[in-house]
Amino acid sequence: MATTSATLDVNGEAREFQGDPRQTLLDFLRLDLKLTGTKKGCDHGQCGACTVMVNGRRINSCLSLAIMHDGDQITTIEGIGTPENLAAIQRAFVSHDGFQCGYCTPGQICSATAMLKELADGWPSAVTEAVADTPAPSDEELRERMSGNLCRCGAYSNIIAAIREVMQSEEGA
Amino acid sequence: MSDSYDTPDQRNLLDQTAQGVIGQPLDRPEGALKACGQATYAAEHDLTNCAEGVLVGATIGCGRVVRIHRDEVLAMPGVLAIYADQAMLRRNAQGTAGEAPIQDVTTVDYYGQPVALVVAESFEQATAAAKALRVDYDVTTDADFDPAAVEYEPSEEADELGDLDRAMDEAAFSIDRTFTTEAHNSAAMEPHASIADWDGRKLTLYGSFQMLKYNVKELADSLGVAEKNVRILSPYIGGGFGSKLGISHDAVSAALAARELGRPVRVTLTRQQVFETITRRSETRQRLRLACDRQGRLTGIGHEAWVTNLPDEGFAEPVTQATKFLYAGQNRRLALSIGRVQLTTAGSVRAPGEAVGMQVLEAAMDEMAEAAGIDPIEFRKRNLPAELPGEGLPYSSRMLTEALDRGARSFGWDQRHQQPCQRREGEWWIGMGVASAARVNILSKAEARVTLRADGGVLVESDQTDLGTGSYAILGQIAAEMLGVPIDRTDVALGDSDLPAGAGSGGSWGATSTGSAVFRACEAIRATLAHKLSVDVDELRLKDGLANDRPVTELLDKDLVETGRIEPGKTMKDYSQASYGAFFCEAAVNAFTGETRIRRMTGAFGFGRVLNAKTARSQCLGGMVWGIGSALTEAMEFDHRTGRLMTHDLAEYHVPVHRDVPAIEVILLEERDTVASPLQAKGVGELGICGAAGAVANAIYNACGVRLHSFPMTPDKLVGRLPDPVGA
Ligand code: FES
Ligand code: FES
Repeated sequence: MATTSATLDVNGEAREFQGDPRQTLLDFLRLDLKLTGTKKGCDHGQCGACTVMVNGRRINSCLSLAIMHDGDQITTIEGIGTPENLAAIQRAFVSHDGFQCGYCTPGQICSATAMLKELADGWPSAVTEAVADTPAPSDEELRERMSGNLCRCGAYSNIIAAIREVMQSEEGA
Repeated sequence: MSDSYDTPDQRNLLDQTAQGVIGQPLDRPEGALKACGQATYAAEHDLTNCAEGVLVGATIGCGRVVRIHRDEVLAMPGVLAIYADQAMLRRNAQGTAGEAPIQDVTTVDYYGQPVALVVAESFEQATAAAKALRVDYDVTTDADFDPAAVEYEPSEEADELGDLDRAMDEAAFSIDRTFTTEAHNSAAMEPHASIADWDGRKLTLYGSFQMLKYNVKELADSLGVAEKNVRILSPYIGGGFGSKLGISHDAVSAALAARELGRPVRVTLTRQQVFETITRRSETRQRLRLACDRQGRLTGIGHEAWVTNLPDEGFAEPVTQATKFLYAGQNRRLALSIGRVQLTTAGSVRAPGEAVGMQVLEAAMDEMAEAAGIDPIEFRKRNLPAELPGEGLPYSSRMLTEALDRGARSFGWDQRHQQPCQRREGEWWIGMGVASAARVNILSKAEARVTLRADGGVLVESDQTDLGTGSYAILGQIAAEMLGVPIDRTDVALGDSDLPAGAGSGGSWGATSTGSAVFRACEAIRATLAHKLSVDVDELRLKDGLANDRPVTELLDKDLVETGRIEPGKTMKDYSQASYGAFFCEAAVNAFTGETRIRRMTGAFGFGRVLNAKTARSQCLGGMVWGIGSALTEAMEFDHRTGRLMTHDLAEYHVPVHRDVPAIEVILLEERDTVASPLQAKGVGELGICGAAGAVANAIYNACGVRLHSFPMTPDKLVGRLPDPVGA
């Protein structure tokens, strides 16, 4: 078997990838690094459970091969916070019950974290009225931008409430 | 005390206790773990030297496997073995089966059915090998794949009362409509997964299951081993919704391979395999006949349904379940017929029966109310029977009128136009719809162990599962309340088949049944404490670790351990028990394209005592989201020539996404149902879906004046029937 190698920065730590070039970033995280916080819901880019941030941008890690990320900075849910030291968005998910089974949750949280940055940077979405303007952070904008993250438990309105709380507290800060 | 619940517990003990945590909207105790990705799901347990298995699905819809070209694949890198064992499951187990389902994968019953397992050192190797495996089949050419083209026969005796035909003839107003609903998949976000690990004759299986006490039996029976040698661990389950009630292909194939190879084996279904091989909700055809008099009182109800399943399956979607008890009408006919097709096994998907039965009944009720010229809320309230039609049983408790009224007020029902096509905003027709919610309530046998530790902390233990339903939260709250212990000193251990057998999660019975077992274990501990204090148990006051103002630890020289048990008893037979509610929906229908958007929804629900207002609300929310999916997008579509499922992934089978779901309001009504359980609580896990899609259908009609009798109500069905978008 052909093996290949790369060095990835995962949550601030240098991690060696040595293995099958067919391995997805998602499987590398889950199986090799034991970072199982990132979930596999479909392995086809259809559910968002595997969302991680690569150099600050959210991607579906099931659609990307580990070998493609030599030198990249990967942030997974484990890099966002821990039960002892929850990030604000994680705290908001807990208090708003932004989940039920919890399986889509790490993806929702990683996605929301990157999404808020996209919004702050003025990226338009399909529901932005005028693409040249700064998008208004309406519920409709949030929903559109989070629609790649499915939640079969149907926690959507609580997830939006959690994201909204973080936005408001950041504004206040 | 007898285990069975025979007489309503009128003490309402949870209203007398002092801790004040019962019902509170507390955060889930496992919430931080979930938010940090630290909750460990089935495929994530870290076992050394774990091999990876990938299942191979049949590429025919019906027939036999005649040859598997093993050698070419065994030669591929990393491949360890190929199994096509007689013991492997052809179908997954139905809920509460407690025995092996149909095994032997040399016969193919439906397209995509697993026919082999390929095991390799790595997931990539196993996936490549599974793709490469060539299988020769003997195809059955005359198999039935089309529900519209098969014969149906009664699946049970029809429930008849009076003379429905005559009631229809003599009615002041009547309707006779036939509806269809498509097959549904649970599509839990976590695909089914198992890791099997043998230690000599003992199997430990890390899996994703809803009902461990049955799953142990199913697995042991499938493998031909003793139940005592099977342990299942399911501490976290990434959603179930019926699909994980019984064991499936992953569990048995992983166990067989691990036993042969002498090392742990992990098998995870692909998303496509979840759709193709895990129980579907049957598609349905439903004929609704309603008859009423001039005053809008129902004189007749007919609900006949046609559903399908594979040959030799006992399950038939119980479509008319709620119609039996929901509305009055002395002339009745409820009937269920089943046809046999070679499509994925049909079984329980969230709220079997009511999920599709109620949405159709409620759409028909809207038409009937309109025909009779009565407001649909008033029409429903006018037709609530005093006792169970035909059987004369009393209702345990029923908050339907309150739910309709409270919901209507909060939603602003008085803003609704009685006639359709009255409200237009830009391209959109706007309308409002209402529907009742109803779901049968069931108490199920359960056992739980509670330990009041010598240090004053509490441990609750059961094999009960938490699918996201809130078991960890509410079982802790019951124990903390009963024993007067702060919630942060209460631990809950679940999802281990070695623990006392809870009721399992399904049929909305987990919380009330296992919760009642916890309650009873706590009662036994309370009796011991009262005895130690030499007071009557009624005089016991437990709060914040104090027992009648003495630190409870002073009374304990060792842990107090009690096991509580409950079984369904006379209360299940003597009353009609159900949870109730009402749905309100405002929908916008695009006047040009027929696209429907849900603008807002309100649900008001009465299900006995609320054990945790936060997790209960989430259950209702989730159910309503399922209602949106059922109303607008979800459909398993099969190629009727080959039996192949064409919508076998999340890009084709459309579950609601963020943008499909508006702000949803949930109103929880205060209620105590002493008949249902000693907690005075009823089930809530499925109630939120039971009728929700009916409210959507009725809102669509109110918006644009089109009555569709076919769910999901996709744009293609609406677009040709819309009123002139410009002339209006
Ligand atoms: S697992 Fe990557 S999008 Fe579903
Ligand atoms: S919390 Fe279960 S899928 Fe989102």
